[in-house]
Amino acid sequence: MSEDFAAKRAGMAHGWLVRPWHERSTQVFLFSVCAALALVTMLHLALPAGHPLHVSAYTVNLLGKYLCYALLAVALDLVWGYLGVLSLGHGAFFALGGYAMGMYLMRGIGERGVYGNPELPDFMVFLNWDRLPWYWHGFDMFWFALVMALLVPGLLAFAFGYFAFRSRVSGVYLSIITQALTFALMLAFLRNEMGFGGNNGLTDFRELLGFDLRQGSTRLGLFIASGVALMFGYLVCRALICSRLGRVGVAVRDASNRVRFLGYRVERVQLYVFVVSAMLAGLAGALYVPQVGIINPNEFSPLFSIELVVWVALGGRATLYGAVIGALVVNYAKTWLTSAMPDAWLFVLGGLFVAATLLLPQGIAGLLAQLRRRKSAKRDEDREALT
Amino acid sequence: MKPLSSLIQRDRVFDFLKPRESPVDVRHGPILYLDEVSVSFDGFKAIDRLSLTIDDGELRCIIGPNGAGKTTMMDIITGKTRPDSGEVWFGTRHDLLRLDEPQIATLGIGRKFQKPTVFEALSVFENLELAGAGDKRLWPSLVARLDAQARERIEETLELIQLTEQRDRAAGVLSHGQKQWLEIGMLLMQRPRLLLVDEPVAGMTEREMARTAELLRGLAGRHSVVVVEHDMGFVRSIANKVTVLHQGRVLAEGTMDQVSKDSRVAEVYLGAPEEELVR
Repeated sequence: MSEDFAAKRAGMAHGWLVRPWHERSTQVFLFSVCAALALVTMLHLALPAGHPLHVSAYTVNLLGKYLCYALLAVALDLVWGYLGVLSLGHGAFFALGGYAMGMYLMRGIGERGVYGNPELPDFMVFLNWDRLPWYWHGFDMFWFALVMALLVPGLLAFAFGYFAFRSRVSGVYLSIITQALTFALMLAFLRNEMGFGGNNGLTDFRELLGFDLRQGSTRLGLFIASGVALMFGYLVCRALICSRLGRVGVAVRDASNRVRFLGYRVERVQLYVFVVSAMLAGLAGALYVPQVGIINPNEFSPLFSIELVVWVALGGRATLYGAVIGALVVNYAKTWLTSAMPDAWLFVLGGLFVAATLLLPQGIAGLLAQLRRRKSAKRDEDREALT
Repeated sequence: MKPLSSLIQRDRVFDFLKPRESPVDVRHGPILYLDEVSVSFDGFKAIDRLSLTIDDGELRCIIGPNGAGKTTMMDIITGKTRPDSGEVWFGTRHDLLRLDEPQIATLGIGRKFQKPTVFEALSVFENLELAGAGDKRLWPSLVARLDAQARERIEETLELIQLTEQRDRAAGVLSHGQKQWLEIGMLLMQRPRLLLVDEPVAGMTEREMARTAELLRGLAGRHSVVVVEHDMGFVRSIANKVTVLHQGRVLAEGTMDQVSKDSRVAEVYLGAPEEELVR
């Protein structure tokens, strides 16, 4: 909480795009991510498979998945931590981005599918469809899929947010309707007639831009791409937060009426930040799908969106890097626990949330800040004792 | 082709060509004009055919017992509540009933809440910066850079509300009185024509009160100020004209001495401690 307001005040003179680069926290974050990417790449490539420090292709893949989750958590923290909009449906934007990428990968299978149809994905052949639905056109091009992975979540967020924020829905009510939104989408995507593979979703992907998805080098590439996307997302959020608009967002979070009487349009600020966040979530989903090899309506499940809130809460709200830490820690614990004690995971997740709320209201990031403060206080004391 | 040719008539000014934000026109009288305004909530008449005019540059105090409709009146002026009937004009040009809160704020009506409302997570400096009279639309806010001129204005305001030393502290850690001043400072940053100030000295010490009175008196003249207050001593110290509200209508209007001699006013305040008026 001990923000350095004097430094922030000095930073207001910079342009909005360069402002984040002047921040110490951003510099540390970017450096850490770059170092982690380099380290994992080196340990994966340079060491022989039997070496104790060797990072296997499986682990690289897993870490890439975590990085996508981290980007999703950053997107949620932007709206929850800095705007006070607790979205319990951010998984929907993530899944939509995932579906857009999944459609591209699906079209890329071509004749190698079980039914060998050069145009139709397997599930459509199975359903006796004779041609592609209109909304599947264009997804044979990568750039189109990528644009859609950003655009579709953005448009949904815009349409949803436009009505919700204009009607001044806030707090618990907004959380509940975001939850309903993702649930409704899950039900819709479960239907075969929707043309997204129904219950099974999209899977059996072969290649991305000509690279074989099963190859270690492709996975490493995707891992690095996820890391770069995370840094990009972090910078986008930071630029927004450091701008005057970002401060208006925090003001909306704490006293939205006051903001209105200052002459700002609260609903537009909310809408804008919400759409940016949804697009980042879509980007995370698009990078996630080629790494896990499947996208199905499960990603729309309300439970996933709630889990996501736990990551951010545990990591620490309104810090961004806290969201990253939370996503990594919880997902590592999940991977480990679901293989060690599969039945215990949900209890642990619930316990984590309760513990985070009661013991760590500022999350892990808050704990770190506290330790740092204590350390510097002690240093000051020592210095005083010396003189 | 008729509509098209009418577009090139050079002697005609189209509505969309007129500047959208015209300045407040006070040449023909008051800056704020309420006429026969009524509003009721679930059958309860909070405001009952209230008429009130505030002159440009005036400092007006509005007093009245609890439930007299003082805060509701402010809600109506600032666009938070829509009246059932009546008219509200800002100058002679702006019908406030057709505008919403941000538009009214941008026109130049600033409002201080009853409970001090500042952005606690932001620093004192940032609070003033956000209030500053810049372009408050989305994109300009995103790319806004603080130039030397704006910085200077914030420093001046900090000086005025005596919070220069606290500029880099979170507004949440200020004392109650300091928060009240910060909120008044935020109003000033908006460069309003009219300030509506709801109970500015609630919970203040004597010294803070004196300082606030000085602040508000300093504002009158350049701004029109409407102060709603319970504290009679404070009202007496700043106002030359007082309006007494009761049950949603104006009961009496005049100088503090005239008003306190009014028998109806005394009656209304009988329920409330009588000495409050005398004090």
